[in-house]
Amino acid sequence: MAKRINTPLTDDVVRTLKAGDNVLISGVIYTARDAAHKRLVALIEKGEELPMDVRGQVIYYVGPCPAKPGMAIGSAGPTTSGRMDPYAPILMENGLKGMIGKGRRSEAVRDAMVKHNAVYMAAIGGAGALLSKCVKAAELVAYEDLGPEAIRKLTVEDFPVVVVNDAHGNDLYEQGVKEYRKE
Amino acid sequence: MGNAMRELDVSKIARAVRHMCISANCNVPAGSIAALERALETEESSVGKEVLARILENHRIAREECLAACQDTGVALVFVELGQDVKLVGGELYDAINKGVREGYADGYLRKSVVTDPVFERVNTGDNTPAFIYVDIVPGRDVKITVAAKGGGAENMSGLRMLTPAAGVEGVKQFVIEQVAKAGPNPCPPIVVGVGIGGTFDRVALLAKKALLRPVGSHNSHPMYSKLEAELLEEINKLGIGPQGFGGRTTALGVNIEFAPCHIASLPVAVNLNCHVGPHESVTL
Repeated sequence: MAKRINTPLTDDVVRTLKAGDNVLISGVIYTARDAAHKRLVALIEKGEELPMDVRGQVIYYVGPCPAKPGMAIGSAGPTTSGRMDPYAPILMENGLKGMIGKGRRSEAVRDAMVKHNAVYMAAIGGAGALLSKCVKAAELVAYEDLGPEAIRKLTVEDFPVVVVNDAHGNDLYEQGVKEYRKE
Repeated sequence: MGNAMRELDVSKIARAVRHMCISANCNVPAGSIAALERALETEESSVGKEVLARILENHRIAREECLAACQDTGVALVFVELGQDVKLVGGELYDAINKGVREGYADGYLRKSVVTDPVFERVNTGDNTPAFIYVDIVPGRDVKITVAAKGGGAENMSGLRMLTPAAGVEGVKQFVIEQVAKAGPNPCPPIVVGVGIGGTFDRVALLAKKALLRPVGSHNSHPMYSKLEAELLEEINKLGIGPQGFGGRTTALGVNIEFAPCHIASLPVAVNLNCHVGPHESVTL
């Protein structure tokens, strides 16, 4: 059975999520990839205001396809999260509670999740057409010049993810391989 | 008239490239779908089964609605096998291919994922050009064109090693498996593993890429290399990575090997990965 959660995430909700949980997310999530992260962190380092308040929010690592007429968004599956590792801890320090992507996170990011009570969830890589159906609205927030890498505010309904790293230090990728590996 | 050159207008090539950019991104190859369906039957992990079912549903939606199966519609690799009795007219071949890519990525609502330079500016070119073009001259009067859309996630997990001949088949196996294990969940498993063996430093990478153009479920025509494909697939699926890296039996759908002669001192090996989408399509004009 999947757990249903709404954004923004409270600390209590984050604490209930465990590695391996199937989760359906509803509410607002923000898109950001490499180039947008670089700009966000530069703003934080200069002490300037961000284009959106990240407190309690979830960032989805995605660079979607353009929307066809009548659709909110084009194909919109996750990109490899590891590329955002250099930027993720400082965002969590500033209140970010959730990240959606695919692939492994660094030790520094996993430690930051435990320290700041945040969670990392994976969407299915290569299922962008299916995932686009859960996006009900998309609105440009910042960095239009980055094209597919611009920051967008997505309103999602029952967006399916699996918890990979919870705030208690568990890692589904490690657990899964351990369970199924044959010597 | 038997030796007369056949004239082919490059606008036909542009149209074919435009069509295949869109079609390849929306229609996951039949061999991959069949392998995913088999995996759904055999996968032991319940999370893995669920992932495989969702992937198959995704590929059905993509096909029926002509939506890109994956939002990373990649850089456009275009392979041309140009018959030596064909004379191209009506413009330059490379311009025609880039025109086809530009129009296909715009008209198909595909993502534009090419930046101008890799280090300093990284400005998106806005139309997914330039295409990455490879031309081979072959006998005959036909032009075969293959378009492969190569996403970044799986491509970033590729690797190349210059082994010594003494490393032999065990050395090849060890490197391929090490590479897949290191990639883990990142290239969106279940993956297709393209392996190049032999040639030179530059040629072996191209062999690995060309191996990915072969259908999943096909085998190298050389029996020893075909056997190596089967052995590698079995070993890789013992790693436990599973669908999306959540743990399971289905880490790879197939291993395709291409090989070439090489120097007496060398044993180059390259591994190039595709995710389960792996868009590519061919046409002969």
